Amino acid sequence: MSGSLTSSSFPKNASAALANPPLLKAIAHIEETLVSGRRRAVDALPEFEALRDAGRDIKAHTLKHIDLYLETFERKVVEAGGFVHWAADAAEANRIILEICQATGAHRVTKGKSMITEEVGLNAFLKENGITPVETDLGEYIIQLRGETPSHIIAPAVHVNKEQVAADFRRAHADLDPTRNLDEPVSLLAEARGVLRERFLSADVGITGANFLVAETGSTVIVTNEGNGDLTQILPKTHIVLASIEKVVPTLEDVATIMRLLARSATGQEMSVYTTFSTGPRRADDPDGPEAFHVVLLDNGRSAMLGSEFEDMLRCIRCGACINHCPVYRSIGGHAYGSVYPGPMGSVLTPSLQGLEKSAHLANASTLCGRCESVCPMRIPLPKMLRHWREKEFERHLTPKKARFGLAAWRFLAARPRLYGVATRLAAWSLARLAGKDGALGQVPLAGGWTRWRDLPAPEGGTFRTEWAKRGRK
Amino acid sequence: MSSRDAILGRIRRSLGASGVDATRLAAVRHRLTETPVNVVPARGQLPAAERVELFVRKASDIFATVARIDHRDDIPAAVADYLRGRNLPQAIRRGEDPRLAGLPWQREAQLAVAIGPSAGQDLAGLSYADAGVAETGTVVLTSGVNNPTTLNFLPDHHIVVVDASTVAGDYETVWADLRRRFGAGAMPRTVNLVTGPSRSADIEETLLLGAHGPRSLHILVVG
Ligand code: SF4
Repeated sequence: MSGSLTSSSFPKNASAALANPPLLKAIAHIEETLVSGRRRAVDALPEFEALRDAGRDIKAHTLKHIDLYLETFERKVVEAGGFVHWAADAAEANRIILEICQATGAHRVTKGKSMITEEVGLNAFLKENGITPVETDLGEYIIQLRGETPSHIIAPAVHVNKEQVAADFRRAHADLDPTRNLDEPVSLLAEARGVLRERFLSADVGITGANFLVAETGSTVIVTNEGNGDLTQILPKTHIVLASIEKVVPTLEDVATIMRLLARSATGQEMSVYTTFSTGPRRADDPDGPEAFHVVLLDNGRSAMLGSEFEDMLRCIRCGACINHCPVYRSIGGHAYGSVYPGPMGSVLTPSLQGLEKSAHLANASTLCGRCESVCPMRIPLPKMLRHWREKEFERHLTPKKARFGLAAWRFLAARPRLYGVATRLAAWSLARLAGKDGALGQVPLAGGWTRWRDLPAPEGGTFRTEWAKRGRK
Repeated sequence: MSSRDAILGRIRRSLGASGVDATRLAAVRHRLTETPVNVVPARGQLPAAERVELFVRKASDIFATVARIDHRDDIPAAVADYLRGRNLPQAIRRGEDPRLAGLPWQREAQLAVAIGPSAGQDLAGLSYADAGVAETGTVVLTSGVNNPTTLNFLPDHHIVVVDASTVAGDYETVWADLRRRFGAGAMPRTVNLVTGPSRSADIEETLLLGAHGPRSLHILVVG
């Protein structure tokens, strides 16, 4: 079960994923949907590159002044009648949210889609304490029924097919007619809508994340397509927002700029269906909306990233474009990473959040091809940061022995040019002899990880150095 | 030490910055009071008539339906037409917005008009938008007795009226208008930017309309 995967077992997880054809088929859709959708949306907006520069600059400015913007945001929330809580880590965030739920005597809690509640493990914590939160985003609802974690930050159930969803619904909605037809996605959606409508209307507390915290107005902003986030935050008596500190932006103008990047990069929409600004609890003459409004600001390792070589990662708006365009993600899916955040953004972020010891393999889950950086709306230099982690991994002796031995041997030879020439000539000669008639190597000593999935072409002719030397003589 | 002080302290140590540094404070104050505009797409910067046409086109592109009417007095008939066209009962729920209250509803004798927030039993809701945004075909709705937020999400069908004169080219124009009406730095409890009907692509990436919010969004552009 994916819930038990960890980043430290990444190599094993990845092998299992490569041997899972339905998973690979599901992920293959990403090319026609998300990747080509983004391309179309970007091509239709001449200002897209200028917006990327502006988005990067907004976040860079904000991060340099983030303490002051957070203080302003807090003041504005309080002015609007809301409460702000500060949580240093996951445990504190969970405790604060539980206390709010208990103080309101809540039994039923609905949740909008939120990666940050996945990061802190809120659902498991609430459940241990007698409160069952109901996920209301369709994808999140499906994986909650399956006892899984999201495999993608914007398409959490991308790894599940409709037959599996139908089976899960039959199991979970046992009170419905067993002969009903659940063959098509449309009937599955209709059933989820009906079941969850009941939950929305009877919830005591609604918990959402936030895409933005606006310092100027004290507003929290969610961006969704289904409308579940809105039903989560307007129907219950209490609305709790859990957001990490780097979500703060100065003004509404800054939200507008990043909004223009977000949906286009994420799904290829020009704008998501619902962008909602919530400011405090309902006002005296409001006929609906929550009576209490709480914002929990989470640090969980982010303040330590400021001023470090990983500061740029705090510009991330969680659009998922780097994931959709990553050849490694597209080969193994999200669960293999064993962390809440998969793909390139996850491989950079996870070691900062949970420590390099537990996630040293992630920095190697990349070919450093650069596609992620080329599509990142916030121009985050992901490959550069992955290299930083690899360096740290090597320095701290977290690299596997075989790789360390290989690199050390290479260093020894590279510093001795004559010996290097002899060794590489010998290697080329023996690889050519190992190869079959088609010049392909099905197996290479020490490189089983490569040759299990593809052949390695055998070297033809001499080494680069001998060829170079020959040409130089001509 | 409270977590608040610990977090702010760690941030300042990491940045090597102080919370009372006059230059930093001035930079923040400037941004918050001057609210500088960043990059605004040229596509919405059009004369009024073309701007409204762009709004209609963009809204249609994302599966909203749009009807244009000349006067507010035509709203009741347009609502009744829409319900008939969709084979829906002649019933609608709306808020107390005076722009809707003063209309000749009696002309549509069949149409039952309920007033107030929705508790989830209504098939169709009617709201008056504060503005439209041409660049993406978006409508802007604000909470309050005039247009309760529940009407935007609970009914299966949502009919939204927009005055052509309030269709802006871009979001920034809408923000300026919000500041004028509610005061700088203040917002109504909820501001909804709605771009098309509710949708989901969570099952096998198949795009379906009508996830948890309205299955259909019908926009009446007045004027
Ligand atoms: S790193 Fe960039 S591309 Fe990846 S999720 Fe974050 S903002 Fe999007």
